[in-house]
Amino acid sequence: MRRGLFAALLIGAAALAGCSEGVLDPKGPIAAADREILFNSLAIMLAIVVPTILATIGVAYWFRSSNRYARYRPDFTYSGRLELLVWSIPAMTVLLVGGVAWIGAHDLDPRKPIDSNVDPVRVQVVSLDWKWLFIYPDQGIASVNHLTVPVGTPVSFELTSSGVMNSFFVPQLGSQIYTMAGMVTRLHLQADHEGTYRGLSANYSGEGFADMRFTVDAVPPEAFAQWIDGARGAGPMLDAGTYAALAKPSSAVAPFTYRSVAPDLFNGILGSAMHMHGSAGHAHSTAQRAEK
Amino acid sequence: MNLLGKLSWDAIPLDQPIIMGATAFMVLVIVAVLSFITFKGYWAPLWRDWITSVDHKRIGVMYILLALVMLLRGFSDAIMMRAQQAVAVGGAQGYLPPEHFDQIFSAHGTIMIFFMAMPFVIGVINVVVPLQLGVRDVAFPTLNSVSFWLTASGALLINISLAVGEFAKTGWVAYPPLSELQFSPGVGVDYYLWSLQISGIGTLLSGINFVTTILKLRAPGMGYMRMPVFCWTALATSLLIVAAFPVLTATFAMLLLDRYLGFHFFSVDGGGNAMMYVNLFWVWGHPEVYILVLPAFGIYSEVVATFSGKPLFGYRSMVAATMAICVLSFLVWLHHFFTMGGSADVNGFFGVMTMIIAVPTGVKVFNWLFTMYGGRVRFTVPMLWSIGFMITFVVGGMTGVLMAVPPADFQVHNSLFLVAHFHNTIIGGVVFGLMAGYNYWFPKVFGFRLDERWGKASFWCWFTGFYLAFMPLYAVGLMGMTRRLQHYDNPAWQPWLMVAALGAVVILAGVACQAIQLVVSVRARRQLRDTTGNPWGGRTLEWFTPSPPPAWNFAVLPSVGRFARRTPAKETQDYKAIEMPNNSPIGVITAFFAVVTGFALIWHIWWMAGLGLLGAFVTLLAFAFRRQEEIEVPAVELARFDRAHPAEVMP
Repeated sequence: MRRGLFAALLIGAAALAGCSEGVLDPKGPIAAADREILFNSLAIMLAIVVPTILATIGVAYWFRSSNRYARYRPDFTYSGRLELLVWSIPAMTVLLVGGVAWIGAHDLDPRKPIDSNVDPVRVQVVSLDWKWLFIYPDQGIASVNHLTVPVGTPVSFELTSSGVMNSFFVPQLGSQIYTMAGMVTRLHLQADHEGTYRGLSANYSGEGFADMRFTVDAVPPEAFAQWIDGARGAGPMLDAGTYAALAKPSSAVAPFTYRSVAPDLFNGILGSAMHMHGSAGHAHSTAQRAEK
Repeated sequence: MNLLGKLSWDAIPLDQPIIMGATAFMVLVIVAVLSFITFKGYWAPLWRDWITSVDHKRIGVMYILLALVMLLRGFSDAIMMRAQQAVAVGGAQGYLPPEHFDQIFSAHGTIMIFFMAMPFVIGVINVVVPLQLGVRDVAFPTLNSVSFWLTASGALLINISLAVGEFAKTGWVAYPPLSELQFSPGVGVDYYLWSLQISGIGTLLSGINFVTTILKLRAPGMGYMRMPVFCWTALATSLLIVAAFPVLTATFAMLLLDRYLGFHFFSVDGGGNAMMYVNLFWVWGHPEVYILVLPAFGIYSEVVATFSGKPLFGYRSMVAATMAICVLSFLVWLHHFFTMGGSADVNGFFGVMTMIIAVPTGVKVFNWLFTMYGGRVRFTVPMLWSIGFMITFVVGGMTGVLMAVPPADFQVHNSLFLVAHFHNTIIGGVVFGLMAGYNYWFPKVFGFRLDERWGKASFWCWFTGFYLAFMPLYAVGLMGMTRRLQHYDNPAWQPWLMVAALGAVVILAGVACQAIQLVVSVRARRQLRDTTGNPWGGRTLEWFTPSPPPAWNFAVLPSVGRFARRTPAKETQDYKAIEMPNNSPIGVITAFFAVVTGFALIWHIWWMAGLGLLGAFVTLLAFAFRRQEEIEVPAVELARFDRAHPAEVMP
């Protein structure tokens, strides 16, 4: 009965999640591959978990003390063959899933570029208290709490944080990754279908955390070019001064764009995180860290 | 200079009706209990028999009492969170503002792990292990009392934070940079750190005590391979405590240095690295999971064997599996942060290691299954909890292995899927086990059984409530909902969260049934009395002494043959006088000074911190120079006691 309930819930979850923007409704190659691995591992394990649950219920019920037909065998406390079996069943399951894990960890390494004929779009991501800044270094624009990407084109992310750790996550595009001050993480994603997807921070970062949401618009390449042109024509400029204003804590910020970005701002953010209270004494060690 | 450091009347959140209501309730309960004790004149017996007691059984009972009270506190936090997330959708902010909601989930995690699960586990170990080993007490009885009182000090400090100041708003893991002074300038993180430092020392001392007890004190003839499996799991847990808790203490010490003296261990600037904290925290944190669950596995092993009317199937296999888990648990910590951007090799290695640890766990499940096979299974309350566990835990184990696959984890890390997974293992594994143990050993400790009907009602409420509360969280996790959200904008999540809230209410009914069960059983204690010392037909040594056992457990130490049996003494001259450790107030006095020191450090009241430390040191000196540490129980008294309980001591 419980098992039935669980199965029903899983199926229900799959059905509902399928139509409501979760990780089971992928819109790009990374999310699709993540989902496949999730399903494969689940299938391998269900093959052993479901019989185990059934056997538990069955054995407990059949050997109930009131059952006159069940044979009482108080000396059945060891069996070499059964011991071999109970060690090898989980071991073989783990061998299979472990293979999936090892291969998956390499195939879907977030740092690994996506094979494609199309040149990737570069985006630099900065998590701030409590909003997201997306810098398009090649296009020279930036946007807040809103990401536009061309369909069918790999997007190459470099990510850091202004202070507190967050996690950049677009469930329908796949793999999340932490954003950490003074460090750069890398992630490659791609959207294969047009649409608007939800993005969020998946690591608690303080008071305004619940509003650290952003939207991702996956649009055709021409529309992407138009969006870039539009962004270049309007909005403020992003330089050290306007960045400092943006970095002040605020939450539920409505999306907007910057028409231009000071060159090398991302590296500046990366460096400044390390000498927030920097003095000469610290400079040496931070320089070493940056080299790494 | 302010004599009270940062402390002022502003520290009491008079403008927060929910907090003040909870505080008022807490104060009322404390006043009621204290007046009851005073009115009944219970202070002297309470001091003599409990507070200063060094009897492992009484200390165990106090640990479990602490755990049950903290369960209520942690559970009310859980109900508040579920209620908040059931309503705070779209533009709605719910009834809890972020600064309050953030404290609640941090307190819930901290209290449930450190002050509910840990004391409960250590309490059961305290009650059961010396009895099962056939000895009279633990290796260091007074130290045991100190351990308990330090744990209670930590629990007290964390509850003071409700009324005076605030608790951490960082989550129970308190990752820097968020937990650094720059981003958390309040006293919340300091409450978190000091209460866990103080209780952590208590836990470490407990671990040392039980490693020594199990390795050095066993009944004559009890070789390692004749120890009950529960003792093996207690040994594994104690070894893990000794190895893992110093890591936590050192990590918190570094964070404290950052916060108090401007060090840069984990800060963003000055060459610090916050990710080192994350690594160190989980170097403790993953073994901690097994510190909690291994004794629960031990409880299931005892319960399933007893109520199947058979010895445990594959004893050697069980021991091997327990010790394998004990070692492997130190090699999996990185699976808590695959998303940090480690290389594919690193992620792959820790993913595979995590799965390997599932092998011995799987072996255990099969061995319990084969223990029932060919048995005569009695569906008593402890057995229901155990079967409920076997069904529930394999699901939790499966989702755990699923998240050990790095690409799958990239999608569900930090989501409610994760929250569902670890509640699936901690409730379905640890709490179910502790409830089984509570029902199983209660008659041993108090001399009467717990009411079966209310016990079964409680089990069924917990069991269904658990599925209702956490299966929907798996679903919303897959739908992309991350944890610790004070509000959210996706209306598709709401129906699931409402079901989860309903599940929490059903669990609440289970908790209520347990409270009723206790009251009903105490009232009907004459009918439920256990006159045999062995109400369930158990085979381990704790069932071969009266219920409740005398302070000395066994007048004549049992000698263990191939099957555990004691040699009964018949005549008075067969008895020899024994030495029992004296009561000692050192535990409670040390705890008093620990609370004073902790509170003073949290509020930067330096003179008071100095006084507290000095007081603790003087107490230690006084203890070191004590004159009398043992009292003698004469042979006549032992013989008299045994003659009064002929059925129990002479099987």
